[in-house]
Amino acid sequence: MQIVIASGKGGTGKTTVSSNLGYVLSQGRKVTLADCDVEEPNLEIFFPCNPDTLDVHVIIPAVNESQCMHCGACGEFCRFGALTVLTDKVLLFPQLCHSCGGCFRVCPHDALEENPTYVGQVQTCQLSDSLRLVTGRLKEGDVRTTAIIRKVREMISDEPLVLLDSPPGTACPFIETADDTTLCVLVTEPTPFGLHDLSVAVNVLKILDIPSVVVINRSEGSDGIIEDYCFENNIPILMKIPLDFPLLKAQNNGELISRKDTAWFERFKELGEKILDYAGGVL
Amino acid sequence: MIQVAVVSGKGGTGKTVLTASLAGLLPGDKVLIDADVDAANLSLLLNPSAPVSQEFRGMEGAVIAADRCTGCGICKEACVFDAIREAGDVYEVVPYRCEGCGTCTIVCPEDAVNMNSRVTGMIHHATTSAGPLFYGSLVPGAGNSGLLVHKLRQEAGLRYPGVSLVLIDGPPGIGCPLISAITGIQSAVLVTEPSKSAHSDLIRLITLCRSFNVRMFLVINRSDVNPDITNDIIHVAAENNILVLGSIPYDRTVLNATRQGVPVTLMTGPASEAIFQIAQNLSEEIMKL
Repeated sequence: MQIVIASGKGGTGKTTVSSNLGYVLSQGRKVTLADCDVEEPNLEIFFPCNPDTLDVHVIIPAVNESQCMHCGACGEFCRFGALTVLTDKVLLFPQLCHSCGGCFRVCPHDALEENPTYVGQVQTCQLSDSLRLVTGRLKEGDVRTTAIIRKVREMISDEPLVLLDSPPGTACPFIETADDTTLCVLVTEPTPFGLHDLSVAVNVLKILDIPSVVVINRSEGSDGIIEDYCFENNIPILMKIPLDFPLLKAQNNGELISRKDTAWFERFKELGEKILDYAGGVL
Repeated sequence: MIQVAVVSGKGGTGKTVLTASLAGLLPGDKVLIDADVDAANLSLLLNPSAPVSQEFRGMEGAVIAADRCTGCGICKEACVFDAIREAGDVYEVVPYRCEGCGTCTIVCPEDAVNMNSRVTGMIHHATTSAGPLFYGSLVPGAGNSGLLVHKLRQEAGLRYPGVSLVLIDGPPGIGCPLISAITGIQSAVLVTEPSKSAHSDLIRLITLCRSFNVRMFLVINRSDVNPDITNDIIHVAAENNILVLGSIPYDRTVLNATRQGVPVTLMTGPASEAIFQIAQNLSEEIMKL
């Protein structure tokens, strides 16, 4: 079962929820935490470890000039602008390449060779008998975010229970993280920003056909705008996390509040059980 | 023309609140761009009027003609994006997975796949008291946010070629939309907060901005919440030769102003005061650029 923790807006508490949920749920069952916020992964801060590292490569073309006739077929085909064919050479823009493989197919002279290119890494840690952390990390300056997320998801596809910490936003990286998961937990905050971005995320999840549940973070009791929206859209609110300075402080210092505070342990445990109920009900 | 982007790496550190405030405080004529098209919030603080919207077309998408498809499945095999699935006896394209490469069109033996233009978002152009505002929105399930950011900047440049300052509210992260937002700009204001997560994200962002030759400035938001990490961040700035424009203390007025849909600098309080000073410091630095 794969459950994604997302938000649309950044900084609403995705990692707070996923780190504590992962820890709490792993007391009694096998859990994998997957950090899919590969541009800025932070789960590892809460679970320091010595990871096994796997480099991720994508296949881009390399031109074998001795075979190339500069016919222009590859350049004409590539819709991403990654190949420009001049009369005597081919210009390649690796960052624009989406690794679709089409250019290899259209080249009539067998002049393109596969060139594996490093785009980042996936790190794996067995944190305890029952908790594993898998972190994707994009190379700084690279744009192939989704290639790293795809690799992370490939590596965890057989795990019984996976919590995926999503990147912010609602476009390609979020879709790559959320697609084909069982349930999405949307963490939001009771502000106009939180509401706006929550509604954008919900609309994308409808397209992906993934049911969503909501956690309101930094709640101060007056959460009307979120409650009204969730009521109208028939989305259950599973938890309200109060604006709590000990929690904020633990989070800022890279500590898990549920590890040192039994009250928080119980709150996240209750949330975890509700989430599993919803996900199970969906299945 | 000077282009300045407010960026952060980590989300939720206060980019939009700071951008909306700077928009009202920086002197001279300016154009504002919300480059966080996935979660565009700048318009919620700037009370835009008379918005004019136009369609944004991203990459084309593949469409399989069901009457020509024989169900051979060659296209599905060829699609590295896993965007083609069985639908009864034939195959169909999952639009939100299709990146528009066109490989399926060349492998289909029945010539049953076409590439169709698709509307993937909107570009909005509106008036605010701080200047014209450009912001985007994506059709649910659409990608291409980096391309939309590029179009927003292009559109702003075409409409206001002589403007003195372009102020960009950047997206979180360090990937495609961020790179699209900072390509070719002179300066970036990095907004961070004293948490280990934000600290880690800041270091990755600095590495990226440096590779794009962008002059960096730093603002530390909610700086008093964790003085130790604030000190660590000041060290990072010093090591990287980045000027700290100022620190903003935790102040509930920020939340109140955001809930009312106005920049915090229209209210009084420690955060507002700090941002006035930051705007003045930034203004002086921009003049030196």
